[in-house]
Amino acid sequence: MAAITMQNLVKKYDDGFPAVNDVSIDVADGEFLILVGPSGCGKSTLLRMVVGLEDITSGELLIDGERVNDKAPRDRNLSMVFQNYALYPHLTVYENIAFPLRLSKGQFSNDEIDRKVRAASDTLDLDDHLERKPANLSGGQRQRVAMGRAIVRDADAFLFDEPLSNLDAKLRGQMRTEIAQLQRRMGITSIYVTHDQTEAMTLGDRVAVLKKGVLQQIASPRELYEQPVNLFVAGFIGAPSMNFLPARIEGNVFKTPIGDIDVPERVQQKVSGKNDIVLLGLRPEHFEDSKFVDEAKVPHGTTFEAEFTHTEWLGNQQYGYRQFEQDQAVKHKLDELAKDLDADEMPSQVVVSLDASSRIRGGTAANIWLDARRMHVFDPETGENLTRDEEAGAELTREATEEREAETERARQKADRESGGTHRDNGAAHTGDRTADTPRRDASDRAAAGDRSDADILRTDTRDGNATGDRPEAGGRHRADDAPWQGQGGSTSA
Amino acid sequence: MLSTKQKLGWAIVTVLVLIYALFPVLSILMTSFKSPADLSSGKFLPSQFVTDNYEQIFVGDAKDLFLPALWNSIGISLIATFIAVVLATLCAYAIARLDFPGKRIVLTTALMVSMFPVISIVTPLFNLWRQVGLYDTWLGLIIPYLSLTLPISIWTLAAFFQQIPWDLERAAQVDGASTWQAFRKVIVPLTAPGVFTTAIIAFFIAWNDFVYGIGLTSTSAARPVPAALAFFTGASQFEDPAGAISAAAIIVTIPVVLLVLAFQRQIVSGLTQGAVKG
Repeated sequence: MAAITMQNLVKKYDDGFPAVNDVSIDVADGEFLILVGPSGCGKSTLLRMVVGLEDITSGELLIDGERVNDKAPRDRNLSMVFQNYALYPHLTVYENIAFPLRLSKGQFSNDEIDRKVRAASDTLDLDDHLERKPANLSGGQRQRVAMGRAIVRDADAFLFDEPLSNLDAKLRGQMRTEIAQLQRRMGITSIYVTHDQTEAMTLGDRVAVLKKGVLQQIASPRELYEQPVNLFVAGFIGAPSMNFLPARIEGNVFKTPIGDIDVPERVQQKVSGKNDIVLLGLRPEHFEDSKFVDEAKVPHGTTFEAEFTHTEWLGNQQYGYRQFEQDQAVKHKLDELAKDLDADEMPSQVVVSLDASSRIRGGTAANIWLDARRMHVFDPETGENLTRDEEAGAELTREATEEREAETERARQKADRESGGTHRDNGAAHTGDRTADTPRRDASDRAAAGDRSDADILRTDTRDGNATGDRPEAGGRHRADDAPWQGQGGSTSA
Repeated sequence: MLSTKQKLGWAIVTVLVLIYALFPVLSILMTSFKSPADLSSGKFLPSQFVTDNYEQIFVGDAKDLFLPALWNSIGISLIATFIAVVLATLCAYAIARLDFPGKRIVLTTALMVSMFPVISIVTPLFNLWRQVGLYDTWLGLIIPYLSLTLPISIWTLAAFFQQIPWDLERAAQVDGASTWQAFRKVIVPLTAPGVFTTAIIAFFIAWNDFVYGIGLTSTSAARPVPAALAFFTGASQFEDPAGAISAAAIIVTIPVVLLVLAFQRQIVSGLTQGAVKG
């Protein structure tokens, strides 16, 4: 257990290129922190600096208040899962997991090592493979062995370097769930590097978004999603990503290529006196077919007429696409943003999420309602979010922290009860329940107060399955498999 | 997949190469079983299989020439190989993993040394060795053999080390290993096939050397087999020693064949499979 503090960390290479530039992050004890960003943003370098595989050019790295800048990796007592797993091919799975224990000579007897290795393999469902060599394992099994090697010793923190990027989409979903549960169960500080924003949103207590070595924003997934600080964060988080619409301000109206939108009151003050052109940040779920909008909600938004180029029906929801002519005044900014986000160019189209039963089709004019309360306005020059509500954002992150603490505490109590041996549950029955339940409810709606108790039940159930030796991950896997990222935005907006 | 025609083509080529490579060996084998009178018969097969030649080199007249030479060859080659492999392993590891000034110079120097014509060094070395007292000693041969075996060992091992994912070592360090432990427990076992291959190549180079062997020795104190063969004589001055030489040649080929057979698996097996995502 440990808190990790990064203070103004800088990594400069010999050619003077700063791969990591002045990054300061506090990782609380037991927190799951995600480092996310497009390739080349310095996230892996930062992780390697923490674990000690890269030298720190300047800045301070503290583990539990102790400066570890100059300590060798083995003296930092962190464990790491590598992107390519880095299993020792000449050793069996058993010996791979036992490797860290055997290195600390004299500290563990053979019996202790055996007990710890078997406990780890039991947790990770590797019991049948202990005598096999890594070459004979599947990708997912290798991934587990790498995890086993990390959890077998009592490290102060886990570090993950894109651990799932080599797995296929289905396995990735399973392992994501398993990692999340493992982390909660062990309550251990974790730093996780990924370029996949789905992993970032579902796993992280807090997410740090990096661009070109510079920390853009660090906040809970919800705050990142709802209160991004700038264009980059707004464009990076969310799939389908946020629409950026050029808008010219004329009096009380935003003139946009898709129609006129009233300037909401809360926005008026913030954009007055600014340049005459701004970028509106509108998430697909901010829109709705006006026929499906509650009477009560209508006044909170603005309704305008639009014609879609085409629509896509996906069963649980529907997307409408509308091409438009990009305004030359903002084009360079958006192209720059696209490059930062690893894309070629920003598509000049608006993606709109519609109710699945909406009859709007491509080519027909329709009334679209836009929820003005959730609209963001960005300065096209600086990329800054003009409508960001600091307090609301901080509140979201504070809530997430409280939830994490409560969750970890519950997991701990649960573990205590189980070790007492009084608690037994029928794992099979629960497995059935879980598979029937709504996809990924625990992960995505973690923060939604109404669902909290329900989500907890789900999580603790899975743990029971583990304890009774029932195929524990079965339920979790199903849930993760059919849990497209898109589900989140749609369900929370409804 | 290969078509039948292609397979047939390959088979014919293989057979031709095998005949080209193995015919001389077979010829020497046959000669080694001929009696002295049979040597100039001009026939491929001996008219009668006799083991006179083998008796001669192991228990007969040539015993004093051959057996010490065999012992010298084995001892000197093994020691030279061992030193070369240990030094080359450390050197190649540094070359593959570290970024130090002069890395390229080490590699190019090694390459240049291995290209240097051996014959041009023998005479100066002969003088030098006599003066420092290394002439006709094991050490006097081991040192020049290292100059032959080290460069090739460094090059093959460096190539081998570069194939091993660096992350393995990093993982070991994070798992609590010191640099030396990571090297010994992870890198060395993984390099074993490479080390075996290198060791065998180095051994052959030392084992096959003739120029240093004949130039830097004068007695059976250090003379290796290839040089000793030149000193074989027949039972009388007028008798052809070809039979005994052939027998000795066959004997010195045996370790080479045995080595390759014994370590074939290590040489071939791709032990690094499964280290990273395949």
